[in-house]
Amino acid sequence: MAAQAADVSSRARTSEVILKVEDVELAFGGVRALRGVGFEIRRGEIFSIIGPNGAGKSSMLNCINGFYHPTSGTITYKGQPRKRMRPYVTASQGVARTFQNIALFKGMSTLDNIMTGRHLKTKATLLENAFWFGRARKEEMEHRRFCEEIIDFLNLQHVRKTPVGTLPYGLQKRVELGRALAAEPELLLLDEPMAGMNLEEKQDMARFVLDVNDEFGMTICLIEHDMGVVMDLSDRIVVLDHGEKIGEGTPDEVSKDPKVIEAYLGVQEEGDA
Amino acid sequence: MIYRESGQFKKTYHADQAILPLRQDQIFVLGAILFAFLVVPFVASNYAMNSLLLPFLIYSLAAIGLNLLVGYCGQISLGTGGFMAVGAFAAWNLALRTELPMPVIFILAGLITAGTGVLFGLPALRIKGFYLAVTTLAAQFFLIWLLQRPWFNNYSPTGVISAPSINMFGWQVDSVTDRYYLALIILVIMALLAKNIVRSSTGRKWMAIRDMDVAAEIIGIRPMATKLKAFAVSSFFIGIAGILWAFLYLGQLEAEAFNIYTSFDVLFMIIIGGLGSILGCFLGAAFVVLVPIFLNVVPSWLGLPLGTAMISYIEIFIFGSLIIFFLIVEPHGMARLWSIIKQKLRLWPFPY
Repeated sequence: MAAQAADVSSRARTSEVILKVEDVELAFGGVRALRGVGFEIRRGEIFSIIGPNGAGKSSMLNCINGFYHPTSGTITYKGQPRKRMRPYVTASQGVARTFQNIALFKGMSTLDNIMTGRHLKTKATLLENAFWFGRARKEEMEHRRFCEEIIDFLNLQHVRKTPVGTLPYGLQKRVELGRALAAEPELLLLDEPMAGMNLEEKQDMARFVLDVNDEFGMTICLIEHDMGVVMDLSDRIVVLDHGEKIGEGTPDEVSKDPKVIEAYLGVQEEGDA
Repeated sequence: MIYRESGQFKKTYHADQAILPLRQDQIFVLGAILFAFLVVPFVASNYAMNSLLLPFLIYSLAAIGLNLLVGYCGQISLGTGGFMAVGAFAAWNLALRTELPMPVIFILAGLITAGTGVLFGLPALRIKGFYLAVTTLAAQFFLIWLLQRPWFNNYSPTGVISAPSINMFGWQVDSVTDRYYLALIILVIMALLAKNIVRSSTGRKWMAIRDMDVAAEIIGIRPMATKLKAFAVSSFFIGIAGILWAFLYLGQLEAEAFNIYTSFDVLFMIIIGGLGSILGCFLGAAFVVLVPIFLNVVPSWLGLPLGTAMISYIEIFIFGSLIIFFLIVEPHGMARLWSIIKQKLRLWPFPY
């Protein structure tokens, strides 16, 4: 497996479909944010959703997540079709995510944020917590150990006890990733994890995303604007434009697709030139 | 240099997650508790205990209760007085109508208040901020009105009823020293429980809802259950404070004693003391209790005795301006100022 992992293009280890999106439509009044989008995410891969601004990428993530409910179409997660689910139910099934605009608990420390991410793994009741006996005490130490591993993994040791509101942007993004990892999800949704970062921070983050995929074996669904990052990281890519799917495939296939070039890549190349 | 953590290494997560990780804090808090138990009752006059220390202790407890809800869970409430009244009347009626021992009555009355809190917390599932404040304000007026119905005071002609005698595990609580000890013991225990709650997973859930409810939901926190739990726990604390207020401090019971001004006082305490801090509850309570006394004493020392009306005006004036000051300059109140001082003391007298 290690040998395979070295080769980025063969990292899709299984063909088991973890999440299947079929004909999803999402309309807000007259605005059709998603028009019959369908794709599959396979277990263990890094899957990217790309597209120009307003293409419906975040809406898609919000549908998977349970924030929005598709007007029609089905989303099947681990073989179970999902109907009008609240986000916390989705979370309990093993889906975690980060947000485009950082959504951390600003008043709490880095450690507390990540510990809060362990929420679904805690079983201690209010009374146990109040009297600090039984599971409360034991669990707190177990989770602390696990969270310390995440802190080590993400190099956050020096800001462990700092309130996250005071941290620089790049670190906040990392803490948010840590919080998502703490839940030990099977499917991790990352909404523009590298937005607004400088090159160095982007490289760090890209490395973390690859390591998460490799070491923890998490399936990752990524939204990202930086084409270089997407092409390097992804096993497969789906391209959205105006709420419609206009392309799907490996990075090579997608970057050669004329429709994709016209809608997205071509525009960027002109801009770069 | 005074307040230095160097040399104190934490070898276990348990030690690092302790309530007071620093030795200086441990010594300070332990000293304060010992002082309150062993020194204060022997040096304080009856007057000081009755009209200064008892209200301080009981207000601290109520402030802790409200802070759990407002400071930690971010749900505003103006119904504190109403919930205190529920606790007091529940305990009084349980004492009157049942033969239960007093400790059981205290807990049952607390639970009844918790239930009431959950009931009036239900709107919090749909509304936030100002609108929630208004519905809890409605709770305040409704509860006081309800508790003035004759059944609740056992058809007393005046509406004022005297508190029952308190017997705790065979300890007859009569004298002012006894009452002081009972309030102190309950406060210390409940403050410890509150501290445990806020450092545990329950507290983190509340703070998550407070800071960013959308993100809280995404990591699997159920907003409904979490908010209602905060209302229940908060009301339990406030209910117990209500019992102590009526039974230990006033010695009598009357719904009007828990009017809207009580709610405001407790809210002032946590804003001035510090939202989201247990220490802040004590600082705020001390401040609100001490300011009127300070205003009474100091001007007469200076040869400028103030009239009672004037004192109460100045009091309102001071609270008002302080709340504006804290909301603008330091939203985390005196507790935050205290932690800034501690931060400075780490290096003092050296600049860095």
